Amino acid sequence: MRTLLVLLDKEFRQFFRNPFLPRVVIIFPLMIMFVIPWVTTLDVRHIDVAVVDHDRSQTSRRIVCKIAASDYFTLRGVEADYGAALRRLEAGDVDAILEIPDRFERSLAAADPEWVSIAANGVNALKGSLGGQYLAAVVGETLAELACERGETLPNAAPIVQNRYNPTLEYRYYMIPALMIMLLVMLCGFLPALNLVGEKEAGTIEQMNVTPVNRWTFALAKLIPFWLIGLVVLGLVMIVARVVYGLAPEGSPGAIFLAAALFVFTMSGLGFGVANGSSNMQQTMFVMFFFVMIFILMSGLITPVESMPRWAQGLTRVLPPRYFVDAMRALYLKGATIADLWVEYVALTLFALLFNGWAALSYRKQR
Amino acid sequence: MNEHEAVISVRELTKRFGTFTAVDGISFEVRRGEIFGFLGANGAGKTTAMRMLCGLSYPTSGSGRVAGYDIVTQSECIKRRIGYMSQRFSLYDDLTVLENIRLFGGIYGLAPGAILRRAVELLGRLGFRREARTRVGALPLGWKQKLAFAVATLHRPEVVFLDEPTGGVDPVTRRQFWELIYEAAAGGTTIFVTTHYMDEAEYCSRVSIMVDGRIRALGTPAELKRRFAVGTVDELFRLLARGATRSE
Amino acid sequence: MKRNGFWAFVRKEALHIVRDPRTMLIVLGIPVVQLLLFGFALSTEVNNLDFAVAAPHRSEAVRQVVERIAANDCFTFRGYVDPAQIDRVLRTGRADVVVAFARDFDRRQAEHLRPGGEAAAGMGAGPAVQLVFDASNPNTASAGAGYLRRLLSDGDAAAGVEMHLLYNPQMKSAYNFVPGIMGLLFILICSIMTSVSIVREKETGTMEVLLVSPVRPVGIVFAKMIPYFVLSCVDLAVILLLVRYVLGVPLSGSLAAVVGISVLYLLLALALGLFISTIADRQATALVISAMLMLLPVIMLSGMIFPIENMPRILQALSCVIPARWYIEAVRKLMIQALPFSAVLREFGILLAMTVALVGVALRKFNDKLE
Repeated sequence: MRTLLVLLDKEFRQFFRNPFLPRVVIIFPLMIMFVIPWVTTLDVRHIDVAVVDHDRSQTSRRIVCKIAASDYFTLRGVEADYGAALRRLEAGDVDAILEIPDRFERSLAAADPEWVSIAANGVNALKGSLGGQYLAAVVGETLAELACERGETLPNAAPIVQNRYNPTLEYRYYMIPALMIMLLVMLCGFLPALNLVGEKEAGTIEQMNVTPVNRWTFALAKLIPFWLIGLVVLGLVMIVARVVYGLAPEGSPGAIFLAAALFVFTMSGLGFGVANGSSNMQQTMFVMFFFVMIFILMSGLITPVESMPRWAQGLTRVLPPRYFVDAMRALYLKGATIADLWVEYVALTLFALLFNGWAALSYRKQR
Repeated sequence: MNEHEAVISVRELTKRFGTFTAVDGISFEVRRGEIFGFLGANGAGKTTAMRMLCGLSYPTSGSGRVAGYDIVTQSECIKRRIGYMSQRFSLYDDLTVLENIRLFGGIYGLAPGAILRRAVELLGRLGFRREARTRVGALPLGWKQKLAFAVATLHRPEVVFLDEPTGGVDPVTRRQFWELIYEAAAGGTTIFVTTHYMDEAEYCSRVSIMVDGRIRALGTPAELKRRFAVGTVDELFRLLARGATRSE
Repeated sequence: MKRNGFWAFVRKEALHIVRDPRTMLIVLGIPVVQLLLFGFALSTEVNNLDFAVAAPHRSEAVRQVVERIAANDCFTFRGYVDPAQIDRVLRTGRADVVVAFARDFDRRQAEHLRPGGEAAAGMGAGPAVQLVFDASNPNTASAGAGYLRRLLSDGDAAAGVEMHLLYNPQMKSAYNFVPGIMGLLFILICSIMTSVSIVREKETGTMEVLLVSPVRPVGIVFAKMIPYFVLSCVDLAVILLLVRYVLGVPLSGSLAAVVGISVLYLLLALALGLFISTIADRQATALVISAMLMLLPVIMLSGMIFPIENMPRILQALSCVIPARWYIEAVRKLMIQALPFSAVLREFGILLAMTVALVGVALRKFNDKLE
């Protein structure tokens, strides 16, 4: 126990004496929290639309007005023919083209009405498809309104939508817990790995290995500082989320910190194990980089796991952050409790045990 | 304390890396209080052998005991009783002199009061009491090496292993370093030292010379010079090393 | 003489790389694995929603509606739940949406279906069907609401709308993400490699040995970059082959243009690594900068995932200094829209200017340090 304290004293002194790391650990998370939430929106707005109106009827004018008035669209002009509109789309001026056929209004009364055609730039699949859908919805709404004004159908037949947990559909709220997780992935993954491999390169680890220090004590002394750093950073960014973005956790902070602690154990164990297995810094960093990228991009932080193909969804089951992402969002936004999330907590506990056990076992004093 | 008791005894110690045999069945004994010079050209296998004795590396075959414990099964017990100073300077550059002493003292289980007393004593003897709060990284190499030796003997180990402790330092500092070694040996600590400097070999109570992983000569410097009919250990070394097939 | 010296350095660097097969394997393997993984798996499309149903009476009419929803590929039926349990179901994540039917759903449905039927007095007060979404992911919620509304509105009123997606007719997300992944991987891997290899020489002191040689410092720096450049080009070739033949992105534009701008981007990434090596004097610092500090800004601000035009003005301006932004934009135009090289002249110019500026600044700092 005293050995552990002596080693911890050493680790903390080294950390705070480093001219670079303490600053990174504080400033980097703050920068990310102040800047990135403003970026993270998959809300598709400001879709630039060109209309090709062959009909020039009251109905078509009404559709155009509605597009121009909508928040989602910016009307970039009414073109005479499709070719001209397409050229604008190719030049990147316009994201979608709405073409209203000749005699559209008159055909509505007929059994087989003319079709409105929408062409959207699919290079950005999300923007293209959502933009197209929104446009279709605008056309549908306009027609429904007109029908309603003529007394043909009932208003209010449509179902009512209730959005729970995030009634204003603020995408930022969805992303802030994710950003917290990304920070933990990076800080608690990269830093312990660099720390350990640094001792290897400096040769100081050899000096440790000829001492009677127990290897679990040594591993613990290397990991504890990063556990603390992770949790302190989490506390810090939670305060920022509250003060700057008005996002306070719905669930209990205790549950959040418990999940975070389990996750931080897991990440630092991984970093430690990877550093044990590599021969130099570059290798360690590349291997960690590999895991960090997969963790950030594949565990539902940015794009939803449900949108992935089946095999990829299966793969995410072995990624620790996946469980943490689910837990964090449920805790932060939905006010879930530990009982609701027992699966995630159990999974995180298992990962923490697995990775740390591996880390401590892979560290050998004698080869 | 029995003067002739073997502190280190090694039987047929061998280490192979793949097809390469770094240490090839060496056997020897080192008695308490001796300064044992472990000589050999670069790549002769000295460091590998020493790492096995310190419990950093497992032998491929053979056995050995250090301070009464087996080097394979009881290496952690050995580590309590030895000190080690590696070829590369390996104290923490970003900690101060005193912090390094406190760290290693704490690791060996010395009480805080005892550490402080030892630190004051050591720093006084080394003559850098004023540098106690200087970061080790800022010290000149010769000072660092003296400090590393002091740290290796901090817990009064039975055996100290020194791997080329005087590499790259000036003759005056080397001289001072050997005075430290004599002092420690006089206190009953066994010294196991590798070196390239053959003049240093003359200071040892006994030396062994390794060539290509085997021990080719073993005895007191005077004995060996007589047996091989040479004037100095240096000449003897050249004579034996001429047959070496591998170098760095 | 000087020439030979230069190539001797190049050979030395190349040997460093070749003699460390593990690192080389990692450098070549990471992009391949990640490109395939992300290219196939990442998608922002909402195409898989779990729904549960809360209905006081499981009447025939209710069952019909449920079947209609379940028949849609996007929705997976997760069972009936008690109306009091809706919150629990959503909170635990068992379903993304609960379709809640009113007590008198059958009667209202019948009214509604009767031709020319008028709303009975006092009946239109509440909705017959409520869709309760877990809106913690607003995207899923709004897209899901759109789908369900259309499914439930049994096709009345709206005239047909015909939709085409140009350039990406199957709406494959790979088309969207591949340029982004390329932009991300190249810049990070190249800058990690170069910055570390230079800083390592500083740390071990071998840099001084090199600097006393007759080769000029600039020569040493370039000699270090050439083998890494070659390695990066191998990466590029492998990635382009995978993109074309495994991910099936058509690469319909001019291949030469894609390769040209990619090579420029690789040079830029190497120059960035060089620049990092001049501001970091320890490997750990260089690595933290090139792998950790750069990762998030590149993912977030390059337009790889989040559209730049949605960002606040000030961040749009900030994104301009991120090289990946320009590269990704250019590759999207060339690779997917099949536009000619002339369409990406602006991006090419910006990347070129960035490269020149980085090399200039890095060399100046490098020389300053030597003074």
